[in-house]
Amino acid sequence: MGLESEIDIPVLTTSVEKMVQWARRSSIWPVTFGLACCAIEMMAMSCSRYDVARFGAEVFRGSPRQSDLMIIAGRLSRKMAPALRRIYDQMPEPKWVISMGACASIGGVFDNYAIVQGVDQVVPVDVYVPGCPPRPESLIYGIVQLQRKIAQQKLA
Amino acid sequence: MDHDALIASLQQALPGVAFEAAPSIDRQATVYVDRDAAHQAALALRDHPDLAFAFLAELTAVDFWPREPRFELIYLLVSFAHKRRLRLKVRLNGADPHIATVTDIWPAANWLEREVWDMLGIAFDGHPDPRRLLMPEDWQGYPLRKDYPVQIRKGANSVEPLQVTAEEFRRNVEKDRLSRQ
Repeated sequence: MGLESEIDIPVLTTSVEKMVQWARRSSIWPVTFGLACCAIEMMAMSCSRYDVARFGAEVFRGSPRQSDLMIIAGRLSRKMAPALRRIYDQMPEPKWVISMGACASIGGVFDNYAIVQGVDQVVPVDVYVPGCPPRPESLIYGIVQLQRKIAQQKLA
Repeated sequence: MDHDALIASLQQALPGVAFEAAPSIDRQATVYVDRDAAHQAALALRDHPDLAFAFLAELTAVDFWPREPRFELIYLLVSFAHKRRLRLKVRLNGADPHIATVTDIWPAANWLEREVWDMLGIAFDGHPDPRRLLMPEDWQGYPLRKDYPVQIRKGANSVEPLQVTAEEFRRNVEKDRLSRQ
């Protein structure tokens, strides 16, 4: 880069867009929200053994107003769907959704009247993580995929 | 007190009501009672000093479709005073299954009866709050009936119907505002 070599103080130049993308993808804070057994794996992911803090996504927020990411961890019952949508609506933009596991993605083994057959009927999903339940590594991979997606999102 | 003696004391307490002993694989005292006598029998079971079934442990129902009478309602009662249990059953026909509520006798029956109404469509006459318990309020049909389709293809609701009327909402807001002053 031309400018950096011209002056002696250590600086980097970049575009605002790249800077914002970097900031967004490096601190994806999920909302504290678990629906079923996948949530146990989600908690394992945030703890020291798998340590999603390495990717900046360890701060599970108690309020949707402070969250960037909703990890839908588990089967969504039809009665829960309006509550999930309300939490999603309360999250500020920009926001992303990971559908974790078979149940959240397509209903899983619960092919019945009570369970929503895929949470994409209720909220827009960015990344689907397969598994029943997915291992914490899978979910971390899902978050890394989401980071790649965010890195390509244009500001305008 | 064994099974027969319990039924004898039941019969003694309620001479006008027909109790029919039912077979039970676990040897727990089990009796059938008619629907129209069920409320009277329940009251006597709770209040008669020789019975004193003060605790309703469970209230549920079974669908024996296509048999008729189709439903069996089951009350599991516990008497702490006499350290014994009783299983009270009521047969209900499939065309119009309804029975008097026992919420006035055992308040614990409130949600249990709502669950049975929600899942099997058995109406409880005189219930103080006859809404669905588990399924969404606008749900059609009763999922635990044997002739109910398990796999339903329909979209999910992402909004729930308003729980209060507009008038109630305005009143609540006004009350909230006044309480802050």
